[in-house]
Amino acid sequence: MPIEIPKIEPNTALVRPGEEPFSYDVIVVGGGNAALCAAIRAAESGAKVLLLERARRSYRGGNSRHTRNFRCMHQTPKGVLTDQYLEDEFFEDLVKVTKGDTDESLARLAIRHSEECYDWMQSQGVYFQESLSGTLSLSRTNAFFLGGGKALVNAYYNRLEDLSVDVHYLATVLDIVIQDRLFDGVLVDIKGKQSYIRARAVVLASGGFESNKEWLTRAWGDAAKNFLIRGTPYNTGEVLKNLLDKGADQVGDPTQCHAVAIDGRAPEYDGGIVTRVDCVPFSVVLNKNGERFYDEGEDVWPKRYAIWGRLVAAQPDQVGYAIIDQKSHNLFMPTVFTATQANSITELAEKLGLPVKSVEKTISKFNAACQDGEFYPTELDGLSTKDLKPAKTNWARPIDTPPFYGYQLRPGVTFTYLGFKVDGDARVSFSNERATNVWAAGEIMAGSILGQGYLAGFGMTIGTVFGRIAGKEAADYARQSA
Amino acid sequence: MHAKALEEANRQLAICNACRYCEGFCASFQAMTRYRSFNDENIIHMANLCHNCQACYHSCQYTCPHEFDLNIPKALADVRVESWESHVPGSLIAMKLQSNGWTIALITMVAAILFGLVGNIPWISDETFYSLISHNSLVAVFTPLFFGPLLILFVGLYRYWNTVGGDWIRWADLTSAFHAAGTMKNLDGGMGQGCNYENTDRYSKTRKWAHHATMYGFLLCFAATSVATIMHYGFGLEAPYPFLSLPKLLGVSGGILLTLGTSKLLYLKTKSDPKLGVSDRRSGEYGFISILWLVSTSGLLLYWLGGTAAAGAMLNIHLASIAAFFVTLPYTKMAHGFFRLAALIRESQMTKA
Repeated sequence: MPIEIPKIEPNTALVRPGEEPFSYDVIVVGGGNAALCAAIRAAESGAKVLLLERARRSYRGGNSRHTRNFRCMHQTPKGVLTDQYLEDEFFEDLVKVTKGDTDESLARLAIRHSEECYDWMQSQGVYFQESLSGTLSLSRTNAFFLGGGKALVNAYYNRLEDLSVDVHYLATVLDIVIQDRLFDGVLVDIKGKQSYIRARAVVLASGGFESNKEWLTRAWGDAAKNFLIRGTPYNTGEVLKNLLDKGADQVGDPTQCHAVAIDGRAPEYDGGIVTRVDCVPFSVVLNKNGERFYDEGEDVWPKRYAIWGRLVAAQPDQVGYAIIDQKSHNLFMPTVFTATQANSITELAEKLGLPVKSVEKTISKFNAACQDGEFYPTELDGLSTKDLKPAKTNWARPIDTPPFYGYQLRPGVTFTYLGFKVDGDARVSFSNERATNVWAAGEIMAGSILGQGYLAGFGMTIGTVFGRIAGKEAADYARQSA
Repeated sequence: MHAKALEEANRQLAICNACRYCEGFCASFQAMTRYRSFNDENIIHMANLCHNCQACYHSCQYTCPHEFDLNIPKALADVRVESWESHVPGSLIAMKLQSNGWTIALITMVAAILFGLVGNIPWISDETFYSLISHNSLVAVFTPLFFGPLLILFVGLYRYWNTVGGDWIRWADLTSAFHAAGTMKNLDGGMGQGCNYENTDRYSKTRKWAHHATMYGFLLCFAATSVATIMHYGFGLEAPYPFLSLPKLLGVSGGILLTLGTSKLLYLKTKSDPKLGVSDRRSGEYGFISILWLVSTSGLLLYWLGGTAAAGAMLNIHLASIAAFFVTLPYTKMAHGFFRLAALIRESQMTKA
C-alpha cells in the first residue's frame, strides 16, 4: 500500500528566533545513512543531539534501507574485501562514470576516508558479508552489509539509543530558520504537532527530490508521470528547496536524475533492488511500436544498466519490452515478477499488447542479421549482428527457441544530482561564503562529487564520510560556541 | 500438506531470491540461491533449515506495510510445522497438541494419577530406590512409551526424507550436520553476532546459549539414563547411585542445565514477537518447553528431597512428566530436532553434490 504523505501548512507564528534557550547542540535533519553517521559522531563528541526522521519507524532510513554495500578503498585485503583497491584506481573509476564531472578534492577526500570507515562501521554494530552470489565482480571494491542497508540502519538507530540521542519519527521539517548564514532553529511537525526547536548547529541530510513527481515533471514534462521511484517516497526535496530559496549555493544539474530500467510492474515507490531486470544484454528491446532503439549488447550489464533508464524514458510512453527466448532464460538473476511467456513471437506480442506485425518483422529482421559464432554470456563475445540498425554488438543470438519471454521495462528513478555545494568540512555556503553553523551530508550534497552517472556503492561512501565529518564539525562548533 | 502455507512461502521466496541481501545469515538463504524458482520439495527443505532467528525479517526492506509484505520467519515456520504434522502418522493428534499446550499438561496429570494408583499396588518392593516403584514396572511402562513414539517419529522422518529427495547418507553428511546442530551455527547470525528474537532488531546470543543449555542438558540427562541402564543390566549395579557416580554426575549437571535453559527459553519466548513465529502453534511451543522444564526440575527436586515423605509425590510428578514427554514426542516441537537434523544432512548432500 502506498504511503500517504500529507501536505502540511507551516505555522510560521511559532518561529521565534533567539527567544527560547537552545534545546540541542546539534539537530540532524534526515534519518538515512548520512544523517545517522552525523548524529552518532556528534553524540560521540559529547553533543546533545536531536534526529528528525520524516518516515514512520518501519520505513526509517531513507534510501539507505535499499542499499547493500559501500565502495571502500583499501591497501591490503580487508575483512570481506579482497586484494587491494587504491585511491587512484578508485578515482579513475569515478572519472569514468562521471565523465570528469566531479570535484577532485572532495572526491579524493571521500575515497581516502572510506578505508577507515570500514572499521568504524563495524565498531558501530554493522556487520559485513561476503559478496553476494552473482556479484563476484564487486568483491574487491565493495563491502556488502550483512542483511543489506536496513540492517545497517537498524544498527545505527540502536547505537543512537545507546548514545541517548533523541529520535523523532514522522517528523517533517517545514522551515530551516537562518539569518545572515547563521542557523537558529527548525520549524518541525512531529506527528501532527508543530513546534520550533532551536539548536546551536544543524546537519542537513534529508536526501534529494527524486520522489517529488511535481519537481520531476518540471524537468521531464509529462513523461515523469510514467517514472517509477525505486526508493523512499519521503525524498521530496523540501529541505533542499527551502535552503536553496534562502540563497544556499548549489551544485549539480537541477533537472537530472539517475534512472535505471526496471520491471514495469514494480510499485510506484520503494520497489528497491528486486525490481531490476538483468536480461537486457541477452534480449532485444522493443518500444511500444515494436521497434528496436538501441544496441542491447553494447557492454556488460553492470556497466550499462544505468543508461537504460534514460533510453526507455526517451521512448513513447516511457516503456520498453525486453524479449528473450528459452536459450537465455537462466543467464541472469531471478526476477521478482515472472515474465510473460508464450510459445510464439506472435502470441508474446499479443500478450504484451504490442503491434504483432511490427514485432514479427523486427524479430525476423534481427534473427536474419545474427551471425554464427561462439557465445560467452559473461564477457564481451563480439557476437554481433550484421547490417542491422541499430546493431547489437555482443551476445546477438537469434530469438527463435520457444518458449519466449517478455519483460516490460520502465525508468526507475534512483536519485537526483541537485544539491548543496559544500567544502571539505561538509559546510554549506551562501554566495560562496561559509555558513556559520550549517553542514550537509549524503545525497543532499553528493552532486559535488557525482556530477553525473553512478558508481555502485559510492553513495553510501559519500554519506558515511561526509556524515561523520559533518557530525564532528557541528559538535565541535556547538561546544566552542556554548 | 495444505497448499496455502507452501503457496505463501513460494510467493515470498521469489521476492527474496531477486534480492538476496540476507544470504550471509544462514543456510536457508544459501540454499535459496541454488534455485531460480521453487517447488514444494525445496521449500520444505528450506523451511526445515530455518531456525527462526528472525534476522531476515528485521533486515527486510519489504516487510509490512510494504505491499510485498514479506515475513519469511513466519512463512517458513508455517511450512515447517505443517511438514512435521503431515509427515508423522497421526497428524490430527499433532495439530491438537501443537495448537493447545494444555493438552500436554492434561496428559501429565493423567499419567501422575496412574502412577499414583500404581504406587499403591502392593507388589512394589520395599528396598532401595525402588521402594517407591518397582524397577520392572518402570521398565514395563517406559519401554513401549519410549520406543512407540520414536517409531512413529522415524516413520515421519522416512516419509520426509522421500519428500525432499534425500540420498544415501554419507559419513561426511553426518559430521557436517551434527557440527551445525551441535554449534547451532544457523543461530549465530552468520557472523557470530547472534539472532534477533527477544529484543526486536538488536542481535543477541541469549537464545543460542539458552538452547545450548537445553539441548546439552537434555542429552546429559539422556546419557545418565542410558549409563544407568547399562550399569543395571550389564553390571548388576542398581540405583540409587552415590553422587560421585556417572549417572548422578550426568543427571544432576544435565538437570541443572535443562532447567536453566528451558526457564530462559520460556522467558525469551514471552519477549518474542508472535507475528514472526508459526501461526496457531505458540501454545504448543510453550507446552513443550514447559514439559521439558518439569522433567528436569522435578528430577532435581526428587534428588534434593531424598528420602523425605514428599519424595513419593515428586517421583510421581517426575515419572508422569517423562511419560507425557515421551508419549507426545512425535507430535510436539520435539520433532524439530529430528527434522532439523534431517534437513542439515540433506543440505550437506546438496552443497557437496
